[in-house]
Amino acid sequence: MSQVTSASPDQFVHRSRRGAELFLLLLALGVGAGAYAAVGLGIEGEVPPDMIGYTGWLAVLMIAAHVAIRMTAQYADPILLPVVAALNGLGLAVIHRLDLANNSNFARQQLIWMTLGVVLFILTITLLRDHRVLQRYTYTSGLLAIGLLLLPMMPLIGNEVRGARIWINVAGFSFQPGEIAKLLLVITFAGYLVLHRDALALAGRRLLFVDLPRGRDLGPILGMWLVSLGILVFQRDLGSSLMFFGMFLVLLYVATERPGWLVVGGGLFVAGAFLGYQAFSHVRNRFEIWLSPFDYVDRTPGSGQLVESMFGMAWGGLIGRGFGEGQPWRIPFAESDFIVGAIGEELGLTGVMAVILLFAIIVERGLRTALVCRDGFGKLVATGLATIVALQVFVVVGGVTTLIPLTGLTTPFLSYGGSSLVANWVLVGLLLRISDQARRPLPGVEEPYGTYDSGADEATQVVKVVKP
Amino acid sequence: MNKPIRTVGVFCMLLFIALLAQSTNLQFFRSGELNDRPENRRVQEARFSAERGSILAGDTEIALSVPVDDRYLYQRQYPVAAQYAHMTGWFYFGGASGLERAENRVLSGDDPSLFVNQLSDLLANRNPAGSNVGLTIDPDVQQVAYDQLAAQGDEVQGAVVALEPSTGRILASVSLPTYDPNQLALRDVTQVQENYQALYDDEANPLTNRAVATTLPPGSTFKLVTAAAYLEDHPDVDANTQVPGGSSYELPGTSTSIANGGRSCGETTVSLSQAMEQSCNTTFLQLAVEEGQEGMTEVADAFGFNADPAEDYPGTAASAYPENASDDLLAKSGIGQQDVRATPLQMAMVAATIANDGVLMEPYLIDRITSPDGETITRHEPEERAEVVSSRTAGILQELMVNTVEQGTARQARIDGVEVGGKTGTAENCDGCRPYAWFVSYGERDGQQVAVAVMLQNVSPNVSISGGGLGGPIAKAVMEQALGVGE
Repeated sequence: MSQVTSASPDQFVHRSRRGAELFLLLLALGVGAGAYAAVGLGIEGEVPPDMIGYTGWLAVLMIAAHVAIRMTAQYADPILLPVVAALNGLGLAVIHRLDLANNSNFARQQLIWMTLGVVLFILTITLLRDHRVLQRYTYTSGLLAIGLLLLPMMPLIGNEVRGARIWINVAGFSFQPGEIAKLLLVITFAGYLVLHRDALALAGRRLLFVDLPRGRDLGPILGMWLVSLGILVFQRDLGSSLMFFGMFLVLLYVATERPGWLVVGGGLFVAGAFLGYQAFSHVRNRFEIWLSPFDYVDRTPGSGQLVESMFGMAWGGLIGRGFGEGQPWRIPFAESDFIVGAIGEELGLTGVMAVILLFAIIVERGLRTALVCRDGFGKLVATGLATIVALQVFVVVGGVTTLIPLTGLTTPFLSYGGSSLVANWVLVGLLLRISDQARRPLPGVEEPYGTYDSGADEATQVVKVVKP
Repeated sequence: MNKPIRTVGVFCMLLFIALLAQSTNLQFFRSGELNDRPENRRVQEARFSAERGSILAGDTEIALSVPVDDRYLYQRQYPVAAQYAHMTGWFYFGGASGLERAENRVLSGDDPSLFVNQLSDLLANRNPAGSNVGLTIDPDVQQVAYDQLAAQGDEVQGAVVALEPSTGRILASVSLPTYDPNQLALRDVTQVQENYQALYDDEANPLTNRAVATTLPPGSTFKLVTAAAYLEDHPDVDANTQVPGGSSYELPGTSTSIANGGRSCGETTVSLSQAMEQSCNTTFLQLAVEEGQEGMTEVADAFGFNADPAEDYPGTAASAYPENASDDLLAKSGIGQQDVRATPLQMAMVAATIANDGVLMEPYLIDRITSPDGETITRHEPEERAEVVSSRTAGILQELMVNTVEQGTARQARIDGVEVGGKTGTAENCDGCRPYAWFVSYGERDGQQVAVAVMLQNVSPNVSISGGGLGGPIAKAVMEQALGVGE
């Protein structure tokens, strides 16, 4: 995958690997189309009549994304897009399967959202030629994030669904602004921390084993973080709170290279969890359901959902019931928060493991991008985005499988939900943009395979390499 | 910043490993427990709709699923209902009993051992079908046992168990009165509950499997165990040796005497053979006292008392031999009274051990698991459970049992051309209750063996109860069928 050239012995030169990406995309298309066909076979006994049109549309979306990468991000990571496409295709098939059982129409809407997501993905990598531009919008994106997070609290447009006030309704569309806010917050934290990392790491007083930074260095970012956390807590969006907390902590640790922050953060988390347990009945409720889900089978809708999902996964066993052969409609809202339960029932442990590993690959590619990235801002953004995905998957899958108390989040790329899907496609766009920058050979390094005409690539020449 | 990023990588890896471990826990290790929860309507409904495997006795399907035209697709049927009800149990929407419950995983096709079948079903897009459970029961022997027992009248309460001594295979297991499991496997759950309640309230306890679940004092048939214990400790004793006898015996430390019911048991001593033939109480009361608690318990436990027999037979009860009895009670335990309790299965195990030269084979009911297309997936191999007594002791016990049939109380079981050994027993459980009868026997012909225990708890009031008179002919008919006499 990478070669050491004689011209610069310490410098890896990545190949662009666009052909590999295309091949993997065909496999991903196979997952999406195959799953769709299997749903038709399982439920109605025949391949769905719109099979060709559906597959064609998926293919168009994937090829469009692939072509956009070829044209604008030649050196981007080749694995990420196919993995995301496979997850999205699988998610569509599962939602379609639940539609057939529930007589709903989520899959069609999800396909529209996916189309929008791919369009935004293409726009992201096309318009944003250099991710370092984003650093200029550190504070703007912070303010925007807070604004977005506040939207659901507004009268008229704010909308409370299942106890969490995290939705807005505009012109018939409902939207979860928090999903977009998570991207903006990563940019804000990364932009701020990369500027102040020396001050944060070095200046300050020592208090009980921990070097505390000066207030004027940490204060603004801490304040902003507390505001966003506060909003989420009052909106009862525990999953997002946990995700933002973890992401902030990880970025602080990576920027300052001080493990002490993790200790402090861990302590704060325990304290916060304890206070939350004491102060909020819904936190207590979630916790008790987690400890003994079967005591709440009838009384609490949240627990009934969890128990049905556990039953579904148990019944799926190792290899699952097969698409259309299970009863995942028994899980309320299976198409959103509990889609992993539906996958576990019909595709078994095998399917669930495959999904978890696909997410693990996304995180791994994200962190790898962060490692090879040459600028601090890019490193932090890539780390932040990868951490967001890891935490989100952990919180939602851990919740569904009763590893941790259930908090309610969408499963990236799988769950029904426009805001989540669109935001995650943009997230992948950002990661690919950073990875293109990171893997692109430095000016003056010979491309060993001759496929790359170094003189012709404008972008390579205008980029000034900032030493990390 | 690369070092902390690597640390974050390791941290994320741990998160994903935790997720993998937890889903494995849920979908593999805990799946059985979760699937069996009563709240799990998903599994119940699907299982009720699925084609379950059959339960077979020989080639006879005694429980099977037949397709029906409603939303649940299949109905469970029991074609030979009365004979097998206590073994199969029943399967209906709210649950199951008997083998339907115990072997549910296999019958429904959920058992992990059927993984290959599940996988091929999945790949072939077939509806997964359950596997079949093949029993050790010989349907012809079962039929004879059932007919013989049922011929005792409408009010009969009793059981017959037949074992193959060399393997432990249960060849027949009949309990009367019985019931119709079809009436408990109906679609209409309310009707099922009514039918069940009626059976539950019935004073004759038709739901009880008397062959394996009812423990009663085994009476004189237990004298075989007492004799075994005595012979084990006295290598110089044989069938002709004089042992204590007499016309009556006063229980140690009491003023109660027990006599022999008019049978001839010598002045003070009697040969062991005669003591068995005449079922001399005075002899075995004394032998038990002489053996002592320890010696008696050791042999009784080796025969299977105080432990669960037949793991794969649902609902079996453990037979009991008392601990720490005073001498008078110890004496009475020697003739199978007082606190001794045995199931017909246990007494068949005693006879089978003697016939099998002192080696007790683990009794078992499930012979094989076969795939829906009839291929054998697993087969039960006979297991030795214990060497209960030496082959010398077993040989003497065989001689005693054969003499008892030839010239003693068990004459009704004699079959021409077959070596038959037997022991009768008649016991009273309480004052004023009707007594009940036992008959324990084995037969051997051309190297083929069978052990049969018959227990009659209640028969029609105008028949007098006696172990030999009632149990003997039943055991004889069962042995004849099992050994192929007259074919």
